[in-house]
Amino acid sequence: MTRISLTVDGASVSDDVEPRMLLVQYLRERLGKTGTVIGCDTSNCGACTVHLDGTSVKSCNVLAVQADGAEVTTIEGLAQNGELHPVQAAFRECHGLQCGFCTPGMIMQSVDLLNTNPKPSEEEIRLGLEGNLCRCTGYHNIVKAVQHASGQGATA
Amino acid sequence: MTVTDERPSDAIENEIGRDRRRKEDQRLITGRTRWTDNIVLPGMLHLAMVRSPFAHATITSVDTSAAKASTNVVDVFSGADFGEELGAIINAWPITPDQVTPAHSPMPSDRVAFAGEIVAVVVARSAAEARDAAELVEVEYDELPAALDLKKSAADEVLAHPDLGTNKSALWVFDSGEAGTGGNVEDAIAKARTDGIVIEREYRQQRLIPAFMEPRSVVVDPTGEQYTMWSATQIPHIVRFALAATTGVSESKIRVIAPDVGGGFGGKLQVTPEEWIAWAVGRRLGKPVKYTETRSESLMSAHHGRDQWQKLTLSAEKDGTVTGLKVELLADLGAYVAIVGGGVPVLGAFMFNAIYKFPAYHFAVQTVLTNKAWTDAYRGAGRPEATYAIERLMSELAAEVGVDPLEIREKNWIKHEEFPFTTVAGLEYDSGNYEAATAKAKEMFGYDELRAEQMARRASGDTVQLGIGISTFTEMCGLAPSRVLGQLDYGAGGWEHASVRMLATGKVEVVTGASAHGQGHETAFSQIVADRLGVAFEDVEILHGDTAISHKGLDTYGSRSLVVGGEALVKAADKVIEKAKPIAAHLLEASVDDLEFSGGRFSVRGTDAGMGIGEIATAVFAAHNLPDGVEPSIDSEATYDPVNFNYPHGTHLCAMEVDTETGAVKMRKYVCVDDIGNIVNPLIVSGQVHGGLVQGIAQALWEEAVYDDAGTLVSGSFVDYLLPTAADTISFDIEHTTTPSLTNTLGTKGVGEAGTIASTPAVVNAVVDAVRHLGVSDIQMPCTPERVWRAINGPGSGGSTTEAAMPHFDAEGGQA
Repeated sequence: MTRISLTVDGASVSDDVEPRMLLVQYLRERLGKTGTVIGCDTSNCGACTVHLDGTSVKSCNVLAVQADGAEVTTIEGLAQNGELHPVQAAFRECHGLQCGFCTPGMIMQSVDLLNTNPKPSEEEIRLGLEGNLCRCTGYHNIVKAVQHASGQGATA
Repeated sequence: MTVTDERPSDAIENEIGRDRRRKEDQRLITGRTRWTDNIVLPGMLHLAMVRSPFAHATITSVDTSAAKASTNVVDVFSGADFGEELGAIINAWPITPDQVTPAHSPMPSDRVAFAGEIVAVVVARSAAEARDAAELVEVEYDELPAALDLKKSAADEVLAHPDLGTNKSALWVFDSGEAGTGGNVEDAIAKARTDGIVIEREYRQQRLIPAFMEPRSVVVDPTGEQYTMWSATQIPHIVRFALAATTGVSESKIRVIAPDVGGGFGGKLQVTPEEWIAWAVGRRLGKPVKYTETRSESLMSAHHGRDQWQKLTLSAEKDGTVTGLKVELLADLGAYVAIVGGGVPVLGAFMFNAIYKFPAYHFAVQTVLTNKAWTDAYRGAGRPEATYAIERLMSELAAEVGVDPLEIREKNWIKHEEFPFTTVAGLEYDSGNYEAATAKAKEMFGYDELRAEQMARRASGDTVQLGIGISTFTEMCGLAPSRVLGQLDYGAGGWEHASVRMLATGKVEVVTGASAHGQGHETAFSQIVADRLGVAFEDVEILHGDTAISHKGLDTYGSRSLVVGGEALVKAADKVIEKAKPIAAHLLEASVDDLEFSGGRFSVRGTDAGMGIGEIATAVFAAHNLPDGVEPSIDSEATYDPVNFNYPHGTHLCAMEVDTETGAVKMRKYVCVDDIGNIVNPLIVSGQVHGGLVQGIAQALWEEAVYDDAGTLVSGSFVDYLLPTAADTISFDIEHTTTPSLTNTLGTKGVGEAGTIASTPAVVNAVVDAVRHLGVSDIQMPCTPERVWRAINGPGSGGSTTEAAMPHFDAEGGQA
C-alpha cells in the first residue's frame, strides 16, 4: 500500500492504495466519483478521460500513485457554482449525446482540445477527438457541439 | 400547495414537432448517472467469470481449491455446484416446429460450445480479488473439433453439438406462389433465362459486434422479501419473465431494474448467462453480488449480429422490369439459439422485395449452429441484410441494362398513388412517396454534377475515381402486431403499456413499458403527453425501466417505442380526459354534453366557465365533491396492440472516392432524405439518423468479428475490432419528406434503425460504382483498402478476412 494525497474536483483527498490501482478505479471505487466510467480495457475508448493537472488523460492509463500530489478534475467537477461549463451546455444544446456513456470522457477531451486550440476547424476537432469512441451519435453532433462551444455558431 | 393547472403562455405552440433539448441530458453531462456498475450495496460481493479458451471441448475437471484458498475469496462455483437452480437461457422464437435447439445452461458442467463460455464463477470481496482468483481455477478440457465456417457447418462436416446429430437448426420458407401473394419464382427465372435478364449473386453479411459503449453489468440483491436485479439491459420486463419461468422464483418476487443503460443496439436485447449466474450466486449466498464485464468479455460473449451468406437470383425483362426474386440464406446462429435467434433472418424475410413490385418471390433461410458466439438482434435485425441484398442487386441490374441505377429503381418501385400497396411478401404498406424523397435527395446531393465529375475522372484516367451509391430503402418497424407474431410462432406479443397518473399538484407522472437506453424517451414522451393533456412539457415526468414501477411492458427494440409505446401513451391520456369529463361537468355545474376539452381546459360551450385538468386532479385528490358513484381517480392506463407495422423509407446517396493505386476509400458526401412520418422531436430524430448511418457505414467499411481457425475471436478488443472514430467519419446532410403513417394516431414511423438499414448498401454501391469500369462488380464487406485493391487487380471480391486472420503462433510453435 502506498499513501497518496491529491486534489480531486477541488477537494483534498488522501488514501492508501495498492500500487497497481488505476486512477479510474481510485476515482470510482474509493472516491465514489462514478461520473467517470470505464468502457474498455485497452485505453481505446476514452470514456474515462479526466484532467490531470489541467491536461486530459485516460484515467485507465494512469496509476493512482502517479496522481500523487496532482490536481484531478472529473466531469463532476466541471460545472462551477451550479453553472454548466460551456462545453457541457453545448453538448446539450447540440444533442451531442444519446446514451451518455461516452459523454464524460468526450466532454473532458473537448475541453482540453479547446484549451489548446480555441477555434478549431472541423478537421481539427475530428482529429482531436480521435481517441474517444461514441457508438450512438455518429460524431456529427459532437463535432457540432465543440464548434458551438468554441463560439463558431453551429447548432445541431 | 403549488398547483400547475394551465400551460404557460409560451408553451401554446404544439410540443410535437419542437426540437426540445433533452430532459435526460442534465444528469448525463454532469456525471450524475446511475449505471449498473455504479451501484454499491452493503456487504456486496464481486464476481469474476472463468471462461473457456476453447471453441469446443469436454470439461473433464474443474479444480477450484487454489482459488477458494485465496484471501478475500468467499466462494467459487462451477456448473456442477448448481442444479436446476441455475435456470436456463431461453429461445423465445422457435421459427419452425421442428427447430433443433441445443439446451443452453448459463454455466455448463460437461461441455463448452464456444470460446468465452463460462465454466466457473469466483466470488470475492473486491472485483480485483475475484479476477486474480479466477486465474487460479484449474479447468481441464478435452478439445473437440469445432464447427466454425458457416458453409462447412451447414454441410455437417463437424458438429457443433454432437448429440444433436446436425448443425441445421431450422429451415424457414416463404413462397409467394404458395402463399397466394404472387406468382411462382422458378417460372419467372426460367422465362428470364430465355428472353430476359437473370442476375445471380452471392453476398456475405459479415459477423458484427453491437459494441454498445457501456459494458454489461448486473447487480443482484437477494436481501428483503423480493429479489432485485439491476441490469444493463434493454429488456427488464422480459428478463423478469424469463427469470421466473426458468429459476422457479415467483414472478411477483422479482424486481428487475434497468437504470441508466449505455446503449444497446440490440446487443442488450438478451437474457444472458451472466445475469443468470449472478442471480443464482446471490440467492445461494444471500448477499448482494455484482458482475461487470471487461470489454474483451463483452466482445467475445455478448451476442454478435448479422453473419449470413446470401444466395440471390433476380429475374427481369430486358428493359429492367423485375419479374422475380429468389433468396436463399445461410444464417449463423453461433453456439446457441439466442432469445430471438433464428427470428432475426425471418424479420428480413418480408423486406427483400423492398419498395419494388416483384410479381414473384421466394425466401428460404437455413439457420446453422456453429462453435462461435451466439448471434441475435443487432440494429436493424434482418432488415439491413435484406436491404443490402436488394439494393446491391438493383444497382447490378441497372449496370446490366445499362441505365442509371436511379432509373431502374423508379421503373420498379411502388408509385405514390398506388398506396396502400400489398406486397409480394404479404405486407400492406400504408403510405410512402419514393418519388418525393428521391427528388429531394438528388437535388441536395448535386447528383447530376457528381455524375459529370465521375465521367470526367474516368475519361482522364484519374488515379482517384469517384463512385455514387444509392439506397432507396424501406423497412418494417414497430414490433409488432401480436397476431402476426403469433402466426410466426414468436413466444410473446407485441403490445405496449402506459399509464398516466394525475398527481395532486397537477404534475403528471407517466409510466411506460418501453425501456430507453439512450433514445430520449423522457423528452419525446413528455412532448406527446403535454400536447394530449394540454399540460406543460416540464410538468410531465416519464418513469420507465423498473418492473416495480412499470409493472407491464415489452421494452425497447425494433423501432417500437414511439410507434407502439407512444400510441399506448395517447390512449392512456385520452382515458384521463374521459374520466375527468364527468367530474368537470359536476364541478362546473354543466352537462357533460356541453363540455369541450382543449389546451388543457374543460370549458362550457358558450360561456367563460372552465377548469384546467390540473384543477380537476387536485379536486379528485381531495375527493370532497365528486359526482355520485364516481371513483376518486382520473389515473388511467392503456395497453396498445398495433394493427400493422409501419414503413419508413428514404433515399440515401453516397459519394466515395477510391484510390485505384492503393485501394483506399474516402467518403466525400452523404445525403439522406428519410420519410419517417410525423416527427415528434427533430433533434432526437437527427441524432438517431446520424448514429444509424455510421453503424451502417461501419459495416460497409470497417467492422468485422473475425475468428481464427481454432475458433478464437481475434477481434476481441477495441484494438482489433474497428469501431469508427470522429476522424474516420464526416458530417452528413439529412432531410425529410413526410407521408404520415396511417397505422397510428400520431402518424409516426420508426427511426431508430433506418440509418443503419439504408447506409450499408449505399456505401458499397458507391465503392463498386467507382471501380466498375475496371471490371469490378462486388467487393466483400468490410471494403478494406486491401480488398478494394485486390478486387481491382484480380478476379473476385477481394477475399475474406477470416482466411487472412493473423495466426497466433507460427508453424514452429514460437509466438508470431
